[in-house]
Amino acid sequence: MTHMTTDIRRDAAATTATATGRAAEPPVLLRTTDLVKHYDSRRGLWGRITGRPGSLVRAVNGVSLDIRRGETLGIIGESGCGKSTLGRAILRLHEPTSGSVVFDGAEITELGRDPMMKMRRRMQIIFQDPYASLNPRKTVEDILIMPLKLHGLAKGKAARDAAAAMIENVGLKTAHLDRFPHQFSGGQRQRIGVARALILNPEFVVCDEPVSALDVSIQAQIIQLLAELKRELGLTYMFISHDIAVIGYVADRTAVMYLGEVVETGRTRDILAEPRHPYTQALLSAAPRLDEPGKAARIKLTGDLPSPLNPPPGCKFHTRCPHAMDVCRKVAPAPVADAQGHMAACHLIDGASGKAEAPA
Amino acid sequence: MALFSDMSPITRRRLARFKANRRGFWSLWIFLVLFVLSLFAEFLANDEPIFVWYDGKPHVPVLVSYPETEFGGFFPTEANYKDPAVQELIEADGWMIWPPIRYDYATPDVMLGQAAPSAPDARHWLGTDDQGRDVMARMIYGFRISVLFGLILTIVSSVIGVLAGAVQGYFGGWLDLIAQRFLEVWSGLPQLFILIILSSIIAPSFWTLLVILLLFSWTALVGVVRAEFLRARNFDYVRAAKALGMGDGKIMVKHVLPNAMVATLTFAPFILSGAIVSLTALDFLGLGLPPGSPSLGDLLRQGKENLQAPWLGITGFMVMAVMLSLLVFVGEAVRDAFDPRKRVA
Repeated sequence: MTHMTTDIRRDAAATTATATGRAAEPPVLLRTTDLVKHYDSRRGLWGRITGRPGSLVRAVNGVSLDIRRGETLGIIGESGCGKSTLGRAILRLHEPTSGSVVFDGAEITELGRDPMMKMRRRMQIIFQDPYASLNPRKTVEDILIMPLKLHGLAKGKAARDAAAAMIENVGLKTAHLDRFPHQFSGGQRQRIGVARALILNPEFVVCDEPVSALDVSIQAQIIQLLAELKRELGLTYMFISHDIAVIGYVADRTAVMYLGEVVETGRTRDILAEPRHPYTQALLSAAPRLDEPGKAARIKLTGDLPSPLNPPPGCKFHTRCPHAMDVCRKVAPAPVADAQGHMAACHLIDGASGKAEAPA
Repeated sequence: MALFSDMSPITRRRLARFKANRRGFWSLWIFLVLFVLSLFAEFLANDEPIFVWYDGKPHVPVLVSYPETEFGGFFPTEANYKDPAVQELIEADGWMIWPPIRYDYATPDVMLGQAAPSAPDARHWLGTDDQGRDVMARMIYGFRISVLFGLILTIVSSVIGVLAGAVQGYFGGWLDLIAQRFLEVWSGLPQLFILIILSSIIAPSFWTLLVILLLFSWTALVGVVRAEFLRARNFDYVRAAKALGMGDGKIMVKHVLPNAMVATLTFAPFILSGAIVSLTALDFLGLGLPPGSPSLGDLLRQGKENLQAPWLGITGFMVMAVMLSLLVFVGEAVRDAFDPRKRVA
C-alpha cells in the first residue's frame, strides 16, 4: 500500500517536472526552502527569564536547495559554516527553527510522530566519526538488526540474514557480525556505519563528512564504496565535506556555504572551473594542487569566520572579501543564476549575464 | 566458564580488574558469607530448637508453631522450649537439636542469675544487654536488619536517582533547570533534624523509616547520572538511533543507561554504607526502628549508657567497623574495575 502511493507521488512529481520543461532532468527528491536553524545560547537563569535578545546562534540561516533523485549534492564550506547542522535539520535530528523541507512531495517538518517514523526509513545519515557513531557495547549484528526490529521489517533469522547480506555489501565478512566496534579499524567501522544507514533501504542519505576522519587511502575506499552502493541501490546523496578534492570527485552539483547561508550553487564542474563568488574563489585557491602549481595566485583571506552569534550586516562575507564595496556592507546580495542553474549571491555579478564583473 | 566467554570483552576486563584488587575481592566474599549466614539467623540464634524428634514424629519448631499439648504438656498455647518442664517432656520420648545460640534477639534470659547487663561467659558468649537479652543473638539479627535495610534503601534510591538524573540529563532545558534548583534547595535542608522531627511524629516501623530516609538519599546519584546523560545524548550513535526512528525512552534505556550504570555501580557500595550509618545513627538516638528491634545503633546506645559493661559498646563498634570497612573495600575494587586507565598485570 505504501509502495503504491509512493509510486503515484513519484509519477506526479515526474509529470510536473516535464510540464515545467525540465524533462531531461530527474524530479526533485528533496527541496528545502528558507530553512533556518537558530540556537538559543542565552546563558543562565536570568538570561532565560528576561529573554535577553541578540544571542541567537544563526547556524543555518535561510537555506534553499534542491536535490534531484539520483544525484549527489555536495555541501562545502569551512568548519562552523553550518554544513552539518543543515544535514541534521533536514533529517529533523535538530528541529528546524523555520522553513520547509519537502521530501518526495511531503512536508516533513510538519509530520507527526508516526508518519515521521515511516519517513525515517527513506532518509538516513552517515556520520563523520566512526568511533563515536557506533555504540561500543553492541555487536555489529545488534547494530544492524536494531533498525529492522525498530521498524518491524524483520526479526529473528530473517533479520540476521539481512544483516549478513548487508555486511557483505559493504565489504566486510559475516564473521565480523559477532564482534564489537572496537575490534575494527576506522575504515571498517565506517563501513559498519554505512551498513547501518543502508539496511533500511533508504532513498536519500546525508553523508556528514563520512571520510574526513579517515586516512587518505581509506578515504578512497569508502568513497568508492559509497559510489558503488549509490549505483546499485539508486541512492541520492547529500555529501557534506570540507575537502574540495572529495567534493569534486563525488558531487554532481555543489553548494558552497558561508556562515549559515548558501553563497553559490551549480554543477560541480562549473563551480570548480569558474567559481563566481569571491568566497568560492578563495576556497578553491586555498586547496593545494599538484597538476598546475602556481597557476592561480592564492587568495588570502584575513581574519576569522565572523561569529554566527553576531553576523555582519549586508553581505556576510564583506568583512573578509578582497573586493568588498560600500554596497556590500549595507545590502545583502540577491542570488543570480544563469541558464545552467549556476547561482551565486554577490554584488559583483552582473544580473544579465550571470558572470562576475571584473573587480575594480 | 561458558558464562565468562559469553560476556562482552569490556565486562570481562572489568571482572579481571575487580579480581586484581585482592582486598576488595576477598572483602566481597567475606561480606557475602556473613550476609548469607545472617539470612539464616533463625537457625543460628533462637529460643526454639531447630529440630525436635518426639513420639516417633519429626517437628520443626523454627518454622512451625506447636502447642505444648503436642509434647504431652498442659497448655494449648505455644510450647516454651526453654521451660525445663517442656524440655523434660520432650527428652523423655525423643530428642532436640538446638541452634548454637539458644536465645532469640527478643527473649530475656529469665534464669540469668546475675544483674543485667551480664559479662560474657559460657552461657552468653558476648554477655547480655541491659534487659538480659543475648548480645550475640542481637548482633546477628542486627547485622541482618542493617544490611537488608541498607540494600533496600540503596536499590530504591538508586532507581529513583537514576530515573530523575536520566530525565533531567536527556531532555535538559527548563525541566533540567527547575529540577536542579529544586535539588539544590532539597539537599540544603538540614537532613538529620528533619529525619528526627519526622520520626518523632510518626513513630516509624521498618518501612516508614525506609521512606523517611529515602526522602534524602535518592539525590545521591542524580548528579552523576544527569552528567552522564548530558554527555551521551550528543554521541553520534545516539543521533544515529534517532535518525533510525528510535524513541526517546528506548534510546535512554538501550544506548545511554549502560553508560550511566558505571557511575551507579561505583557508587552503590558507598551508598549502602551511608544508608547503614544513617539507620544506626537514628537507632542510636532512639528514633529509628521500633523499641525491641535488634539494631546496632541500639546496642551502641546501651554501650554508652552502661560504661561498666564495655562488651556492649565494643561489640557494636566492631560489627559496624568490620561491616563498613568491608563495604568500602568492595567499593574501591568496584571503582578500580570501572577505571579504564587501570591495567591488569
